[in-house]
Amino acid sequence: MSTIKFEDLVKILEKYEIAELENVVIEGDVEIEVPQGGGDTTALQIAIGQGAAQLGLSLMQFAQMLGYPVGAIMQPPGVTPPAPAEAKVLDKLIEAKFSVEPETYPTAIEEVTLGATRADGGTRETTVTLGGERALPFFNYAAKMPNPIAIAIDCFDMPIGLAKAVKVHYEDVMESPGEWAKKNVEKFGADMVTIHLISTDPLIKDTPAKEAAKVVEEVLQAVKVPIIIGGSGNPDKDPEVLEAAAEVAEGERCLIASANLNMDWERIAKAAMDHGHVILSWTQLDINNQKTLNRYLFKAGVKREDIVIDPTTAALGYGIDYAFTNIERMRIMALKGDTDLNFPISCGITNAWGAREAWMKESPLKEDSDWGPREYRGPLFEIVTGLTLGIAGGDLFMMMHPGAAATVKEITKTLAGAVESKPVPVDDWVTLEV
Amino acid sequence: MKLSSPLEVYDYLPKTNCGECGETTCMAFAAKLIERQEKLEACKPILEDKFRKKYEELSALLAPEIREIVIGTGERAKKIGGEDVMHRHQLTFFNETALIYDVWDTMDEADLVARVKAIAGWQKFYVGEFLKLHGIAVRSTSGDPSKFAACVKKVLENTDLPLVLCSFDPKVLEAGLEVAADKNPLVYAANKDNWKEVAELVRKYEVPVALYAPADLDLLKSMAVTFSEMGINDLVLDPGTYPAGKELEETLQRFLKIRRAGIVEGQKEIAYPLMSVPLTTWMVYDDPIEATYWETVLATVFTIRYADLMILHSIEPYALMIQRTLVDNIYVDPRRPVQVEPGVREIGNPTEDSPVFVTTNFALTYYTVESDLSSNNIDCYIVVVNTEGIGVEAALAGGQLTSAKIKETIEDAKLEEKVKHKTLIIPGLTARISGELEDLTGWKVLVGPVDSGRIPGFLDEKWPPK
Ligand code: B12
Ligand code: SF4
Repeated sequence: MSTIKFEDLVKILEKYEIAELENVVIEGDVEIEVPQGGGDTTALQIAIGQGAAQLGLSLMQFAQMLGYPVGAIMQPPGVTPPAPAEAKVLDKLIEAKFSVEPETYPTAIEEVTLGATRADGGTRETTVTLGGERALPFFNYAAKMPNPIAIAIDCFDMPIGLAKAVKVHYEDVMESPGEWAKKNVEKFGADMVTIHLISTDPLIKDTPAKEAAKVVEEVLQAVKVPIIIGGSGNPDKDPEVLEAAAEVAEGERCLIASANLNMDWERIAKAAMDHGHVILSWTQLDINNQKTLNRYLFKAGVKREDIVIDPTTAALGYGIDYAFTNIERMRIMALKGDTDLNFPISCGITNAWGAREAWMKESPLKEDSDWGPREYRGPLFEIVTGLTLGIAGGDLFMMMHPGAAATVKEITKTLAGAVESKPVPVDDWVTLEV
Repeated sequence: MKLSSPLEVYDYLPKTNCGECGETTCMAFAAKLIERQEKLEACKPILEDKFRKKYEELSALLAPEIREIVIGTGERAKKIGGEDVMHRHQLTFFNETALIYDVWDTMDEADLVARVKAIAGWQKFYVGEFLKLHGIAVRSTSGDPSKFAACVKKVLENTDLPLVLCSFDPKVLEAGLEVAADKNPLVYAANKDNWKEVAELVRKYEVPVALYAPADLDLLKSMAVTFSEMGINDLVLDPGTYPAGKELEETLQRFLKIRRAGIVEGQKEIAYPLMSVPLTTWMVYDDPIEATYWETVLATVFTIRYADLMILHSIEPYALMIQRTLVDNIYVDPRRPVQVEPGVREIGNPTEDSPVFVTTNFALTYYTVESDLSSNNIDCYIVVVNTEGIGVEAALAGGQLTSAKIKETIEDAKLEEKVKHKTLIIPGLTARISGELEDLTGWKVLVGPVDSGRIPGFLDEKWPPK
């Protein structure tokens, strides 16, 4: 509790030339005890008597304006504060116009087209163009996204372990990458297909590169959309696998996934350039590494329109805060002029299934509230992981659950302004009966 | 906040390095102020008369761009707004989006009580603490003041969570306020028709109020300016949440624009917390699962893009978990240390036969493992290696988790004196160092499951070691 002397208040008031005080003479010291907190004036009346109250009020208000903690002074018990009298009651709205200047950025994200039609020397019937943004995603009032977020659905060159909610959709095609790819496009509406050549991993089946290349041919024949070719992630084996794959896919403008710092990226870059493909530059949650790898690729001769970057996706609850911020920062740096980073961004949204909340039957913790059925939980984990990174700056998503893929497609199209729907009268949502 | 470097702040401080604030120098205190980790009032000297002017100037400069307001009272009171940046990496977001779930006054009593309890009791363990929900919105679907008051009363009997009282009828709102005003509820809402009466109400009861102007930012701003002129400043702005199609796209644009106006352009008249109502998805989808999914989709969009409070309907457990986790992940302070103290910990009452688990000191990893063990009543030791706050896989890749460090940690804790089996269980993801670790320590090494949630099953099979 601190004390303000009346005398001090007067000094302040004098300094600020307060009109009300001009003809007032104050004798002696009136001490006002001032605890911290809210505001009240009745107490003041009681403390200094009715006569001085008017003056006191002005002083109090002024002291308050000056930031003095003259709050709920010694409110005596039993006295209810009157409604604050100082505030006006207005009869009409004060008309105001809202306006804001949109942000503008000097640099656009590169546009990268995947897939080549016959006219361009390939055999694809559709192509996918990524990038071209001049603002953050869905900041449409600043600049619309020229291209929608594209969705690639994964398939693998061998049957793999999948969460139950995902597996049920692929059980019938797991033995055949071609059928699998077809299902992704025809049944699940994928814009693209990713074929992961994981069986090439020496620790899995060590499938030779030549054989893996045949799987790529099979997929290219099965579907007419652009494809992404992924290795096993083994840094020693991937260069030769991706080289063989790039060769058989000559001229199709596939996305070759990927070049990393910890492997012979030069060999992969060269294969992509020699056979007319786009290269995925993948680093792990590190902006400087991403810049470094991209510079290496420029130096090796890769053209700017032939690069997509993957800064690494982390699942909701398991590092999505890092992934979100990493992507958002890179995108802002790119728009502001960092030409090492202004490339479309690919995200492995399937990683969402790494979160145990996505696939476990129930919580291992007894104290947790029920987690709900995993058939609903898992896909929603994938949706929220995808949408979150879409809002950060992702342009191309690799996904797995067909329902999740469809939902992410629909919402990202909607946020881009490309979906019509009946108007919804939300004015009186409060009385909604549900 | 208008200042960006400690030096600018330092200029306003007394510069005596007296240490009363708990920092050794004024400069250190300045740095804390910039990071919003200290309150200016912790510097007692600056509150003295002679610094009054500096104090006021600095207070104004340090104030967050978006007004901070409080809903509710007591321990569960919820602060919203108070934000200073458009993107979390620029500093951090401060006050988590309040997740508020609805009840309505035409529910029958048993359902009402059960629903309130489900909302208030919901929890999910995450990184060392339980995530919980933030509040309850009571909607008047009856339009009957006495029914509404009875419903609010029942809710208050069953929870101390902050409330939002929802009706556009001032009589209904007043009936609710008579019951709940001392709990500092948010009044929802003043609109173009009822704003005068609602203004009187919130002045009388001294509670925060939401302003609702669907799809009309001029009206929203006019109301905010008018309320502020009337001395009412605890405002929450609702620009309307349209749940589908182009209207949804336009809804998002409004959130983006208002927040930019407040933070980047410093337009004080509109720099209030924002609220969104993903519940409106229930006007579009009949199927409850579809509605829940889309409601969560909208909640995702507006958690990331600037809603400080949201009103939702579905309380499906899977949706709650996902909505709440995202709020945590977006609002977690990127500057926060995410480490726990390294060393050897005892879980339950371990004996010389109890298993020993190795993990990292990354908080997310440690607490996940710890809770998997303690919740299953597994008496054991955890060897928490100092990986500088990095999780298992990244620490292995980045060199913070090594056989040598594991050895050092068990030796420092004299673990060989505590257990006689000399066996370590390591995370499945570190399988590749198991041989090396055995050679270095002379302990037997068992490779555990990839996910610590599977440890109980693993122990059934593999413990005690043969
Ligand atoms: C978030 C993250 C980061 C964050 C780390 C934040 C942090 N404080 O840890 C940051 C951005 C800093 C980061 C950096 C790097 N990362 Co990183 N990162 C991730 C990411 C996305 C999530 C990891 C995570 O937090 N998981 C959640 C925690 C809780 O899991 P956990 O610690 O493994 O614990 C679980 C299990 O191991 C098990 N468990 C734990 N303890 C125990 C104990 C016992 C006894 C048992 C049985 C089980 C068990 O149960 C736990 C719960 O499931 C993963 C990718 C992914 N998996 O999605 C990549 C990942 C781990 N990172 C990777 C890499 C390569 C790196 C870098 C080296 C890259 C670089 N930039 O140079 C750096 C290294 C930095 C360093 N070490 O200093 C790689 C690792 C590859 C590999 N297998 O070697 C990954 C897998 C990405 C990838 N696919 O390339 N990363
Ligand atoms: S209390 Fe104030 S004057 Fe003293 S060291 Fe801290 S900031 Fe400086």
